[in-house]
Amino acid sequence: MNKTVNQKAWFFVIPVFVLVAFNAIIPLMTVVNYAFQETFGNNVFMWEGTRWFKQIMLSERFHASLGRQFLFTFIILFIQIPLGIAIALTMPKEGIGVPVCLVLMSMPLLIPWNVVGAMWNIFALPDIGFLGNSLNALGFDYNFTQQIGDAWFTTILMDVWHWTSLVVLLSYAGLRSIQPAYYQAAEIDGASRWAIFTKIELPKMKKVLTIAILLRFMDSFMIYTEPFVLTGGGPGNATAFLSIDLVKMALGQFDLGPAAAMSLIYFFIVLLVCWVFYTLMMRNEEKS
Amino acid sequence: MAKVTLKGLSHSYLKTQSSDADWAIRGVDIDWNDGGAYALLGPSGCGKTTLLNIISGLITPTKGDILFDDKVISGLNPVERNIAQIFQFPVIYDTMTVYDNLAFPLRNRKIPEEEIKVKVHEIAEMLELSSTLNNRASGLTADGKQKISLGRGLVRSDVNAIMFDEPLTVIDPHLKWILRSKLKELHQKINRTMIYVTHDQTEALTFADQVVVMHEGQIVQTGTPVDLFEKPKHTFVGYFIGSPGMNVLPCQIKGNDVIVNGKKIETHQQIKKNNFNKTEVGVRPEFISFSNEGIPVKVLSVSNTGRHKIVDTESETGKIKIIAKSNEDIPSGSTFLKFKKEYTYTYGDSWIIE
Repeated sequence: MNKTVNQKAWFFVIPVFVLVAFNAIIPLMTVVNYAFQETFGNNVFMWEGTRWFKQIMLSERFHASLGRQFLFTFIILFIQIPLGIAIALTMPKEGIGVPVCLVLMSMPLLIPWNVVGAMWNIFALPDIGFLGNSLNALGFDYNFTQQIGDAWFTTILMDVWHWTSLVVLLSYAGLRSIQPAYYQAAEIDGASRWAIFTKIELPKMKKVLTIAILLRFMDSFMIYTEPFVLTGGGPGNATAFLSIDLVKMALGQFDLGPAAAMSLIYFFIVLLVCWVFYTLMMRNEEKS
Repeated sequence: MAKVTLKGLSHSYLKTQSSDADWAIRGVDIDWNDGGAYALLGPSGCGKTTLLNIISGLITPTKGDILFDDKVISGLNPVERNIAQIFQFPVIYDTMTVYDNLAFPLRNRKIPEEEIKVKVHEIAEMLELSSTLNNRASGLTADGKQKISLGRGLVRSDVNAIMFDEPLTVIDPHLKWILRSKLKELHQKINRTMIYVTHDQTEALTFADQVVVMHEGQIVQTGTPVDLFEKPKHTFVGYFIGSPGMNVLPCQIKGNDVIVNGKKIETHQQIKKNNFNKTEVGVRPEFISFSNEGIPVKVLSVSNTGRHKIVDTESETGKIKIIAKSNEDIPSGSTFLKFKKEYTYTYGDSWIIE
């Protein structure tokens, strides 16, 4: 089929272009602007070239927060994806249990992020918090405000609590879309439960799981509010993930140039990881 | 390789049943002989698929027994029953190659790889899949995928029966024909009991030696295609099979006489009793001719299909269709119809009066 050529159609793109320009392109260009220059306010700028980029790339502080960030993201993905699939597999498929489970699962997703942080902060306080107090009563030496391991444990637990539901809901949707005939055929073919999982369920969930992993990667890689409210990046810099470190640099120290360069590097890392991951996942998809 | 017997089988998807309509299957008794090619024919929702799933063990019936070679196997699961079943929509394992798909049922049964290789190649040859064996199954077209489903059903040489649940629905008409002949050929070659579910009478009549017609959860007739055409035991069989279907007209029975539209007509049977709520006369359009006397009708329309003419007429108690030769002159306006006695049957409460 031949498409008609009509260049006037470009006019329809203008509103979207204007919108995107205002909410993404212009702010981003401001950041680019700062990343290559030094400023002392009053709109006075001096050209610095790639100096800030070199400085960030060589900075140990950046390496440390980037390392913490990757570690955190890998841990939560490693827990949330299998856990989410496991919960989705055990959820009821019909009856009153379905809406009950779905609503319960959605609850954590509906809570504002800073509220989640505040909730967990109070919940985990070693002296008065239910979690902290109970752990100490059970004989554990638990104090997330002072011990690095406890701070990590609490942050990860909070993130798992907050976001596993998303993986559950996506996996559940993927599972429900599998036609009963697949299970019947597998039964006739004599497939084991494990074979049904690996040969039918996982391949059929591939697309939703790709989305789930991408979303969880991006969100956790850019996490800010919850750990900021919970630990404030501490003790020391133990839970200062990339965005917390970035805000410290930009607003705490007012190093706008290096902070802008760091934002751009941060942005390209997210973009690169997502692109590589998506390309790898989709390389075997049918070309239709 | 077994005779399949169903005894007093009933199934309902509801927990409690208050009327006949709550049963998907009611009181089915049937023998499927070893090595037979059967078609299970009926409209959508008549219980065909339920019956098939009961035989394969995917559904446990509410009442009744399933026997393989006169041994009750009602409690066994599909693997233990050793049944192959092919579904309406192609089921393939996306991540596997065509070869692995075909080998899957054999591998699950721990058959040695060399043996699997021989079997898979044999089946692939038969279904013309040999050239794609190493491709990923997900890249195939709908009919390629359905061929894999068929292949997985046929690859096991020891199955008790092979069941097809409308397997050609998603296939192109032209390929449908080829695959159907292939199945028929396969049946002659491997001589396994095959049960083929369909709502398409052509498919049923060309595939099977014996056609089982289902209606509202019951088996209404089992017989050869000719039996079903010439002597429908239930009015449903009459109008479901044949195109157009059988004419069914209300009638009165007075003594031994059958009266339609006030005229006495001759039917195949001798009427001995009359204790029915509803009596009808059934006669196929092929067995009606125009005459100078008989049932008075008005000719409404004539359509020529090329091979023959289909004439719509209206009698006092309902429409009557007639199939006439394409070169025959059709009277217009009022005329009379004559039914061929040996193909005219009387039905009491929809069942043939014997």
